Amino acid sequence: MLEITDIYKSFGDFTAVDGADLTVDAGELVAVIGPNGAGKTTLFNLITGQLKPEDGKVVFMGEDITYLPPYEICRRGIARSFQIVNIFPRLSVFGNVQVAVISQQRASNRLFHPAQSIAVEETNGILESVGLLDKAWNTAGSLSHGDQRILEIAIALGNDPKLLILDEPTAGMSPEETVATMELVKRLAETRGLTILFCEHDMDVVFGIARSIMVMHQGRTLIQGKPEQVRKNDEVMKAYLGEE
Amino acid sequence: MKRLLAWTPFWPITVIFVALLILPPIIPRFYTYLLASILVTGLLAMSLNMVLGHGMIFQFHHGVFYGVGAYAVALIVTKTSLPAWVGFAAGPIAAAVVGLLIGWFCVRLTRLYFGMLQISLGSLLYVIVFRWYKFTGGDDGIYGIPMPSIISSSKSSYYFILIIVAICLTLLYLLLKSPFGATLEAIRDNPQRCEAVGVNVRRHQLAAIVIATFFAGIAGVLFVVLENFVHPDLLFWVLSLEIFIMCLLGGWFTFAGPLLGAAIMVALRTFVGIYTEYWTLILGVILILLIFFLPEGVMGYVTEKFGGQAYGAGGRGEQ
Repeated sequence: MLEITDIYKSFGDFTAVDGADLTVDAGELVAVIGPNGAGKTTLFNLITGQLKPEDGKVVFMGEDITYLPPYEICRRGIARSFQIVNIFPRLSVFGNVQVAVISQQRASNRLFHPAQSIAVEETNGILESVGLLDKAWNTAGSLSHGDQRILEIAIALGNDPKLLILDEPTAGMSPEETVATMELVKRLAETRGLTILFCEHDMDVVFGIARSIMVMHQGRTLIQGKPEQVRKNDEVMKAYLGEE
Repeated sequence: MKRLLAWTPFWPITVIFVALLILPPIIPRFYTYLLASILVTGLLAMSLNMVLGHGMIFQFHHGVFYGVGAYAVALIVTKTSLPAWVGFAAGPIAAAVVGLLIGWFCVRLTRLYFGMLQISLGSLLYVIVFRWYKFTGGDDGIYGIPMPSIISSSKSSYYFILIIVAICLTLLYLLLKSPFGATLEAIRDNPQRCEAVGVNVRRHQLAAIVIATFFAGIAGVLFVVLENFVHPDLLFWVLSLEIFIMCLLGGWFTFAGPLLGAAIMVALRTFVGIYTEYWTLILGVILILLIFFLPEGVMGYVTEKFGGQAYGAGGRGEQ
């Protein structure tokens, strides 16, 4: 479904992503792990177009999307959440998700149709599935950190994506919240038939739910494989797991 | 019916509108003129705020489009034999075309850089109008522009302005409550995230600028209806700054705030101006107090105090 080959990105002298490869098959839950600064977030930004690579290729459903702008990539079916909370703080929770649904329905340019009667069912459905329906009319900026993280995912769902990319969805969460959020992610993958690519620090969580794990180290792909393969790999032990 | 009710603006607006309808025969002529002036300036400020407060687009030189609209009417009426109504239609269209041209360059930049480029391009236009004596009359302006007889008396021009402004404000309200407006507010809050949910941010901003400049052009036409003259000062940056202040003063995150800001500014200039030519000093003091005590503007304060609601595409409307 998604195929990244030999991709490069540097900032000045620092090479953040140094020839990484990644394969995501339809219906999979794929995790990217690696120490801080390994280039995980940069890799995600390269996929969704926030950054442009110097070299390499991103192919999604057979189409080269490497140099498309973010909104075009989104329209092809890749939605994402961000590591740092990235919501619409002045809009209501409902409004946050509705904007994505409106965009998905290509209705952003409709001028004289009341927004309050558009995409209501879809938006409420998403809010219900993530458990934010009772807070629909709160101002998004006033939500707790944990709820804002969930809203991040909800906005991404608004685009009804084929591939959902979650950049550390549990950053800053308590252990209980982390477990609950990953349960939610797993449930969403099952009920909506989503393919999910995510990165995450908590190893128990990663090995618990991921079907495929890619290990990044200093911008390179060390290995991508099933959890048991990754666990046995010597290089990974040395580079990453050994540190813990 | 429910939807109709949701669209009906609140009762204070109805009261104000009725008052504006019945006042002119009762009050002195000067006050009728003053009200018309507030309406025209208010429409201009509201058109700016569509992109400023609702889109966080730093349209620093919005007055240019007001001037373009006014000059389009003035030139068509005085230089051609076409009826004035053609000029009335040409005003907003000319403003929107100039808005599209200037905006096309400006949306490539963000925030302050956007504003700087717009001031430059707008000032260029100002200089052209200011120096091109043969065509625009230069700094003499164009005086005594004849208007169709049906709207040439002070009362009939007032009612014409009132009706057009009412229609425009209704349209602006509908626009801001539409999916287009909701997306614009989302871009204001977080352009990066908007791109990530599939919105072509630049194109959307450009569309908003064209619409806003169209309404500024209408305000320019109404200025000519009211004053029967045009002057390069309409395109000068000082006026643009004034309407910017009106938005902040009235409350740039509210719908009607800029209209209130315009009323305050015009009233201040008129009444304090009688006593001292340094009325801007009073304005300065008021602005300082405002920044400290009402950072969201007068209207922002009122809505916060008396039942505001979270900004959102929909509002609570139909659930």
